Amino acid sequence: MSKLPLFSEKSKLYEMIADNPKLLQLLPRFGIQLGFGDRSVAEVCQQDKVSTRLFLAVCSLHFDPETPVRIDTPNDIDLTSLLSYLSASHHAYLDERFPHIEEHLSRIIKAAGPKYGNMLDHFYNEYKREMVKHFKYEEEVVFPYITALRKGEKTDYSIDQFRHNHSNIEDALEDMTNILIKYLPGNILPSERVCIATDIIELSADLSSHSLIEEHILIPFVESLENAKP
Amino acid sequence: MSNRVIICEASEIITNGLHEIIQGMAGFDVVMRLDSPENLSEKLLVSDANILIINPLLLGFNCQSMVSQWVKENPQLVRIALVTVYTDESALKGFDGIIGINDSKLKIINKLNQIAQNTDKNEKPDDVELSKREIDVLVAVAKGLMNKEIADQMNISIHTVISHRKNITRKTGIKSVSGLTVYALLNNLIDENEVYK
Repeated sequence: MSKLPLFSEKSKLYEMIADNPKLLQLLPRFGIQLGFGDRSVAEVCQQDKVSTRLFLAVCSLHFDPETPVRIDTPNDIDLTSLLSYLSASHHAYLDERFPHIEEHLSRIIKAAGPKYGNMLDHFYNEYKREMVKHFKYEEEVVFPYITALRKGEKTDYSIDQFRHNHSNIEDALEDMTNILIKYLPGNILPSERVCIATDIIELSADLSSHSLIEEHILIPFVESLENAKP
Repeated sequence: MSNRVIICEASEIITNGLHEIIQGMAGFDVVMRLDSPENLSEKLLVSDANILIINPLLLGFNCQSMVSQWVKENPQLVRIALVTVYTDESALKGFDGIIGINDSKLKIINKLNQIAQNTDKNEKPDDVELSKREIDVLVAVAKGLMNKEIADQMNISIHTVISHRKNITRKTGIKSVSGLTVYALLNNLIDENEVYK
């Protein structure tokens, strides 16, 4: 049985969001302005200069990771939209999600006392360092490579190296949830820990969509660019 | 999840017959056939098998100690003795089940299904406490030692270290080294000064 597409370009953007509130967080990353009234997805995307098919592909990947939508011949606007979406996501993690988690964490660290506090602090910082490094690598190596590729410039890099570098950094978040929920003594700020664990679980889901987008959309895009220029 | 079976038997006739019976069963896969128990521990790890069918004659006098070693290294492994000659029951103590050379096809299928089901239910709930050996490995990992160093220090093989680590992760739910360090500290298994210098 073939599946109906989850979203179509004729859908009204607001209705799509009302049905799937999680999509709301994606709008700023695409640079889509609020106040779009009753316009359709295609109309809003056109107005904000976003590739409609890329927007729909990313939205559906967030909901149905099993059946990624393929974009076979990416054009310029697909690539521009994708790169700016990925960069904006990195900023959203660094400037919004992490500070939120840190705020809760700092209170937990204080309440836990130096012994437990130090190690939580150490654990989180080690994780964050890895993430920052990962984002930085993409922004400073991978994205410039793609831009160069589009201009037809020659470079030594290939997206295959990125595939190998694309290490699994989700484990650390899962560990942190485990520690906060299962292993930290129960009397230390329970409600704060529920908040932070919820934040972390959300971040985890967000990051796993993020890496799916890189795997199923970004890498095939770049491969088709690499193959187009022998 | 499908059951991954290793058959270890010297007679090709018997191995072929058993292989054919198992291959015809839903949810069972023969992943490896061996005619001797050489490097078996390692092969168990590599193949990720959960059922081992072995002729105890191949193990000779070491039977008991070998079986108890597999239990230690791989508590989830279901061990089935493939008995081709009369064997004293005491020699088959470490096994979860017995298949006899004269068993009918139906009997073998029923036994395998039953054994696979029973062990599935039993293993999980009471299997969450870390063993003494696992705690030793956990502490060494938390201190930042590599698998090779741990193996040397504890006088065990690298494969045993890896299988302890697999079990630690399965039991605690924690995968990363830094996560395990935090776990060890929280449970007072190591001192802060030993880790963050």
